[in-house]
Amino acid sequence: MSTNKVIHALYNDDDVLMDAVKTVKEANHHIEEVFTPFPVHGLDKLLGLPHTRLAICAFIYGLCGLSFAIWMTNYMMIEDWPQDIGGKPNFAWVYNMPAFVPIMFELTVFFAAHLMVITFYMRSRLWPFKEAENPDPRTTDDIFLMEIPVEDNEEELTALLNTTNAVEIKVIEKH
Amino acid sequence: MYQFSSKLKIGAIALMVIGLIGIIISFASAPSTEAEAAEILAHQEAAHGAHGEAHGTKTIAHEETHEHTDKEAHYVDTTHEEHPDHHAEEGHDSSHLEHVFHQLQNRPWAAFYVALFFFTFVTVVVFAFLNIQRVAQAGWSIVLFRVMEGISGFLPYVSAIFLVFLVVTAFHGNHLFVWMAEGTVDPSSPNFDPIIANKSGWLNVPRWLICSIIYLVGWNIFRFLNRKYSLLQDNASDLVNYHKNYKIGVAFLAFFIFTESMSVWDWIMGLDPHWFSTLFGWYVFATGVVSALTVIAMVTVYLKSKGYLEIVNNSHLHDLAKFMFGFSIFWTYLWFAQFMLIWYADMPEETTYFVQRFDEYKLLFLGMIPLNFILPVLMLVNSDFKRIPQIVLGAGTIILLGHYIDVFVMIMPATVGDQWGFGWGEIGSVLFFLGLFIYAVFTSISKAPLIAKGNPFLHESEHFHY
Repeated sequence: MSTNKVIHALYNDDDVLMDAVKTVKEANHHIEEVFTPFPVHGLDKLLGLPHTRLAICAFIYGLCGLSFAIWMTNYMMIEDWPQDIGGKPNFAWVYNMPAFVPIMFELTVFFAAHLMVITFYMRSRLWPFKEAENPDPRTTDDIFLMEIPVEDNEEELTALLNTTNAVEIKVIEKH
Repeated sequence: MYQFSSKLKIGAIALMVIGLIGIIISFASAPSTEAEAAEILAHQEAAHGAHGEAHGTKTIAHEETHEHTDKEAHYVDTTHEEHPDHHAEEGHDSSHLEHVFHQLQNRPWAAFYVALFFFTFVTVVVFAFLNIQRVAQAGWSIVLFRVMEGISGFLPYVSAIFLVFLVVTAFHGNHLFVWMAEGTVDPSSPNFDPIIANKSGWLNVPRWLICSIIYLVGWNIFRFLNRKYSLLQDNASDLVNYHKNYKIGVAFLAFFIFTESMSVWDWIMGLDPHWFSTLFGWYVFATGVVSALTVIAMVTVYLKSKGYLEIVNNSHLHDLAKFMFGFSIFWTYLWFAQFMLIWYADMPEETTYFVQRFDEYKLLFLGMIPLNFILPVLMLVNSDFKRIPQIVLGAGTIILLGHYIDVFVMIMPATVGDQWGFGWGEIGSVLFFLGLFIYAVFTSISKAPLIAKGNPFLHESEHFHY
């Protein structure tokens, strides 16, 4: 019964929020989630979130893009339809390689960027027409929200949060 | 305050002495007559039997190219006619011998010049980076200001050597710059060169020498003022000196953006007076800035390992490594952009520059791709690796080696042609300037507190974290 209860503490400043997160962490309470209108520098460290692995994905996607560009330029310009551009030899890919470097660069960036965004959306479970998960629409404007699960310690948590300059504290039954 | 340890001081002096011996040997062993040059050539041919074989394969490669495109092979042939290879069967005609004689005579000078230019340029770019930080009012880097000022303290030393070198060059003490030769602008002379004659408004010795002195003296004046007000700010109660330094920084950067390009035209691009590249100034700057950031990172890591610079944390190192990473890519971009446009347009007066580098400097020229691009990118791409001093030092060593080779490949082809190598002169010059660098930089660092405590952004820098 009490496991579904959460406390929402709302703040109107990122520095105040950071201090509040510190206080709650020091008191050994688990913070379920923090909703902010913009990325707050250093918040991930304070919450102890694991390091993102998106960078590794980006590197692999970049390599995929590079390979794709090499395959594509070779197929188009050497195998399928060799063309004499500026008198350059077109019988082997390597002789024309300098001309393909911009394509290789662009496709590396293209693959890394787009696949990284798509991965990020999938990982965050975001897709078109998805219903918003944020508990309070004001967190998309100017309010920072900290969500703490309640385990028979509602009084204690409320008292603690009252000391952190929260603008609003409410206990909510989660479904 | 940093104490310049006597061990390091002795090491620096030892490097200088060894380097100086190498330089003296290289000058002493350069031929002073054509007969001596012929002897060296004959010796080379005997010792490099294998080299002839390699040349054979090269010829086959050229023939292959010839089948595929007449045009490209034609350029290759042209250069071969201009610089007939000494393994060619027709033997050494006298003009070829004279040519090689001049190249052999140039070699110790060119070897010295490569190291001199590399160290001077890296030092002045460190100073430029310091001023960029000042003018941008960057917060993160204040704890590194004294390191950068210390490295800039090397500038007067190299500038003095550079000035002597310039004067010697201008008065024909060496023949590195072909356009300075007798009669290149005189239509009645056998040496007459219409292209150089057309450029004589820029390429003339008085203009060259006066401008070179203006660059060097100008940079040194700015460095002197910057250091002076930086030290005054330490114990000041107001920000007057800080604001003065801001204005000096703005003025220096305005001065530097022109003099950097112009000095590179005068000192490097002038070696190939027929050839030109519009992005050359930027390209050499890229080499300078990536080496400069590497040097800052290395000196910082060294001082930190000796227990100084307590408030420099790994986030500062991370930012320096990010610059090393980013400017490595920037260098590759400019290096390749310069090459690709010339390769694509395929105009003979431009391609000769790269044909010579592909024919005679292939290993060094293409070796720069792994050294200056692939290895630094792979070593520094990981966020955590940028914080590990050993990895930064390793990547930094590769970067410095690669960019020394870059300067080598800029200067050597026009001055010594295929007579290049890494002998007493090349290694001695690097060791000499390295020793002088260590001596001058750590003397300069030991003369002031390591923290610029008067800087209003110091607090921000101390608490900088990524």
